[in-house]
Parts: sequence; C-alpha cells; structure tokens
Amino acid sequence: MIRPDAELLLEINDLHASVEDKPILNGVTLHLKAGEIHAVMGRNGSGKSTLSKVLAGHPAYRVTSGSVRYLGRDLLELEPEERSRLGIFLGFQYPIEIPGVSNLEFLRVSTNARRQNKGQGELDTFDFDDHVRERLQVVQMDPAFLERSVNEGFSGGEKKRNEILQMALLDPVVAILDETDSGLDIDALRIVAGGVNQLASPDNCTLLITHYQRLLDEIIPDYVHVMAAGRILRTGGSELALELEKTGYDWVDQQLAAEGVG
Amino acid sequence: MAMTEAWLTQLPDPTGALEPVQRRGRLALTEQGFPSRRQESWRLTDLKRLEALFQLSLANDSSHVSIPDSWPTVPEQALRLVVNNTNDPLAGFDLPEGISILEGVELEQALGHTLSRCQCASEWPVELNHGVNQQILALRIRGKVPPIELVTFATDAMFMPTRVLLLVEEKAELEVLQVVIAKGHAAHSHLLEIHLGQESKVQHGLLALGEGKESLLANMAIEQEVRSHYSMVAVSHGWSFGRLEPNVVQVGGQASSSIHGLSVTAADQQFAVHSTMRFEGPEGTLDQVQKTVAADRSHSIFNGAIQVPRQAQRTNASQLSRSLLLSGRARVDAKPELQIVADDVRCTHGATVSQLQEDQLFYLRSRGITESSAASLLLRGYCKEVLDLLPLDAASRWLDGALPEGETNP
Repeated sequence: MIRPDAELLLEINDLHASVEDKPILNGVTLHLKAGEIHAVMGRNGSGKSTLSKVLAGHPAYRVTSGSVRYLGRDLLELEPEERSRLGIFLGFQYPIEIPGVSNLEFLRVSTNARRQNKGQGELDTFDFDDHVRERLQVVQMDPAFLERSVNEGFSGGEKKRNEILQMALLDPVVAILDETDSGLDIDALRIVAGGVNQLASPDNCTLLITHYQRLLDEIIPDYVHVMAAGRILRTGGSELALELEKTGYDWVDQQLAAEGVG
Repeated sequence: MAMTEAWLTQLPDPTGALEPVQRRGRLALTEQGFPSRRQESWRLTDLKRLEALFQLSLANDSSHVSIPDSWPTVPEQALRLVVNNTNDPLAGFDLPEGISILEGVELEQALGHTLSRCQCASEWPVELNHGVNQQILALRIRGKVPPIELVTFATDAMFMPTRVLLLVEEKAELEVLQVVIAKGHAAHSHLLEIHLGQESKVQHGLLALGEGKESLLANMAIEQEVRSHYSMVAVSHGWSFGRLEPNVVQVGGQASSSIHGLSVTAADQQFAVHSTMRFEGPEGTLDQVQKTVAADRSHSIFNGAIQVPRQAQRTNASQLSRSLLLSGRARVDAKPELQIVADDVRCTHGATVSQLQEDQLFYLRSRGITESSAASLLLRGYCKEVLDLLPLDAASRWLDGALPEGETNP
C-alpha cells in the first residue's frame, strides 16, 4: 500500500559491503515506507541474500561505505540482537537447526526480548503457551513442532513456517524475507504467503527477496526491484515481475555490458 | 616407587571381607610402581594430580560422612543406596523382590571375574582400589526389579574408595543410576563390575559431579553374555582431575552395547575417558558417542578402543567423538583405536573438534538473544542431548535440567 505521507522506516543509501574482502554490494539504494511491500528479484549471486544479511547484522559481512537508517537511527551501529529487538526481522533462506534447544523455549526467549523493547511485559511460560498457540494459526502449524528442537528434523516447508511463526511472534517493523518461497510446494507456499499477508499492516513494511514470480502471485508487491552486480538496476511496480517472468534476465547482461560492468 | 610404598605402609592393615583383595592390591601397587608418562595410557596425564591423591586421608569405618539434605527425592518405587567405605549401604533396608545380597562363596566366585574378562584387573587405578577398599556392595538381580540409585559422596579432603558388583541374571532387567558427588578437594576411587546374563537388559547411568577441585578415578567393567543389551550414559562435570575407564566385553556375540558420554571441563581441569569395547562373539553392535566441552585452559582426553577379533564376524560398531572448544587455550585429545581382525564387519568412527557454530549463534542473535545468552543456550543444547539420556530422570532431578554454568568462558 503506497501512501505519499507514510513514514520512512528503512533508508538504505549507496550501500557497499564485502565478504572476505570480496565486494558484493556495490551501491544499493532503497527506501521503504510504512505499509509498503517491496520485492527484490535477481539471479543467484546478484547480492540479494547479502543485502538481507547485512541488514540483519551478520558478522561475516563488512560494510565498506554507505548508510542504513532505521527509524532515524544508524542501523549499522547496532548488534544483530539489538536490531531484532527494535523490530528488524530476517526470515532465513536456510533456517538453522539447533539440536538440544527446545523450539518453544527459543521462541519464548526471543519474543520476550522484543516485548521488553516495546515496553510490554515478559510473558511467563503459561501466558506464552497461550500466545504461541494462537499465533500458530497464522501459518497453520502443528503444535507438535513446539516441543522439538529448533528446526531439527523439520522439512523444508516446516522450517519456513517456523520462520513466519517467529515473524508473527516478534511483530517486526521491517520484515526481510530471504527466499521464503524456496523449497515450498504450492500448498505450503500459499500458507506461508497467507501468513505474510496477514502480518503486513499500514505500520510495517516487508522486503521480499525472491527468484520467482510465483511468490508474487500470492503477495502483491508495491515495488519490484531488479538487483544485479550488487546494486538495484531497475525499479517498477508489480508488473515488472510479470515482465521478468516473460523476458528473463538477459536484458540485465546487456545493460551491465553497456555500462561496462558485468 | 618410593612414594607408593611410603603411602602403603601408613595405611591401616587389611580387614574385612575384602582382606585378601587388599593384600594382593597392595602387592601389585608395590610391584607396578607409580604410573609413568612413558606408558601410552598415561602419556597425557598430569601425574602430579594423581600423586596428590596420596595426600588425602583415606575414608574408612571411623570416618564420618553426613548426607546433605539437598539431595533430590528418589522416584517412586526406586531404591536409593548410599555407597561409601564407611558403613553398610544395606543397613536398615528390606530389599525388594528380585534383588538379593551376594555373599560367601558366591561373592568370592564373582568378585573380580568381570574385571578379568575385561582385561583390566591389573590396571593401576583398579589395583589402587583393591589395595584400600574395605567394603563392597554386591547384588544379584533376578527378573524385572525396581530402579536403583547408588549415591557415592565424599567431602573434606577425603579419599573415598567404593566398589559395586551387580550380577544380572538371564532375562533380568535393571535400570541403575550412579551419582558420584565430591566436594572440598575430595577424591573418589570407584570400581564397578556388571555381569549381564543372556538376554538381560541394563540401563546404566553415571552422573559424576565435582565442584572444580575434586578428583575421580572410576573403572567400570561390563561383561555381556549372548543377546544382552547394555546401555551406559556417563556425564562428568567439575573434576580437577578425572579418569573414567569403561570397559565392555561382549563374550557371546549378538549383544548390543551403547555408550554415551559427556565430559565438561573448565578452569585448569583435566578429564580423561579411556573406553574399551571388545567383541568376542559374532553379530554384536556398538553405538558410541563421546562428547566433550572444554573451556578456559582445561584439557579433555578421549581414547576409544574397539577390538574386533577374528571370531567377531558381522560386528556392527560406530564410534563418534565430538568436542567443543570454548576457548583458544583449551585442549582436546581424541584418539580412536580400532583393532579389527575379522573381515566381515562394519566399523565406523569419526572425531570432530569445533567451536560454537557461527551460523547458529547468528540465528539466535538475529532473534534478539544476546551473544552470551545465545552461547549458553547452544552449550546447554549440546549437553542436553546426552543429559536427557540419563536414566531415572537424573538430569531434571539432580541438575534441574542443565549442568551448572559459571566457570566456562565462551
């Protein structure tokens, strides 16, 4: 939902970042306002996932120049846990398995960290149990998964549902979903996308990172950005995703060649 | 040599049912002398800490050990026996049906039999126990009996020798948890023999808890007859110096053994696990996982021997050693030792040494959990996988679910 007067939540300006001294992001500029859904598309290696990890504060990525402001603050100064507490959420492309750590306990600890930051009280075990069971409905998840270790032995689809469940519990201001559609069959995709749609509100924004149009059939973005060689090459409305589906990414190579990059 | 002899001469004279064993043990210690780092199994040992045991006062029938009232209650129907060198653990007990005392000729025949079968009867720590121990708890198990919790406790710079023998008869089933506790620089020397009759089943747990400055020597000899099932879960934490030696022999084949271990060290502690699994018959199985967590400047050692002689065809054994280093100054030595002569066997082994996984830490941090909380959550998860396997709900009763934290320095 595009509103001209909406608050600017996340402001990425000319962001450069590298991993192991290899530059991956080469000047990304993106502005996300309240109520908006943005999709970032592009081929493997275009820097989409790096962008998501840099925003979440992964220690392996080094920002070399540029800025990211979140609600007026310098996001890049904050530790990953501070970012999460302030409302930045990254849905992982490959959610991590953590043997021996109960999913329920993990969800409770992280939910309470965020709640504290919002000035809401911590939920005790019993209250959290009620709360999480209610939120499970967002992704139609079986409560049995709460009793297991975090993501351990979950199928690809179950892991992604668990990510969206975390999003539902953490109630983020900026949700970045990295390839949330990968590894999902069509039914699971609908459930996960339904969850994301339910959680989108006029007060938050969503950054969808995806390869394919099919996720964007379920979640209609306000903006579509095409990323290549570590920057945004083109921005359009949801019709750009449809166009990409038809024409593919060959034009990207031509444009990069014309610009002397690629 | 001189040190051992000097120590032996000031011990009280051998007495009681184990008198001949004590005499033989002392003779053996004199002949063997003190262990040397030239011996392979002592190569990495801090022998100064072993020597220090000779400074402690031997617990005997005149020692007073008061039982702390902080111990958790025993689960319903389970039997708790307090085993020490100072009083009769069975005094005042009516043993449940199926459990009886082994004494007289029966005891004489059984005593040391399993140690010999496991080829560990003349190991130095075993002879040390032989030389000083006055008491033994020896039980025969028939049928399915209530679970047994054996608690051994030492305090006040005491050297506490204890010995247990369990004769588990054909088709019998036993769940036994040993809790070995030490405080105040005390040391334990523990000897355990379990004989599993045909088709019997034993679930055995050991929870060994020091407070950082204590010592533990524990030798466990397990003999399994045909089609018996034995499972051991051994957890140790807080020992300044420790050496745990599980020796399992499958004498008839077609038996299954499972050994899960977790040893956690911090500060300048040293803890060693020397396990030996020997298959003397065909179609036996082993599932072994040894985990260690080493923090600060501590040193963790694991030697895992698996012996598969010619007659042990179609053995299926797997051994995995997983070590977590929490500090750059901590040290782990892990050595699998596979001796396989039989040709039709499946034996796998692996060893990993790692730090806390960066991607796991980041995942937790990205959910608002601080780095230090994330590290301790991961560590607890790593340990929990073993703790949860302890019988008699030991982890939640004795540890409130997790090992104590504090000394570690992730």
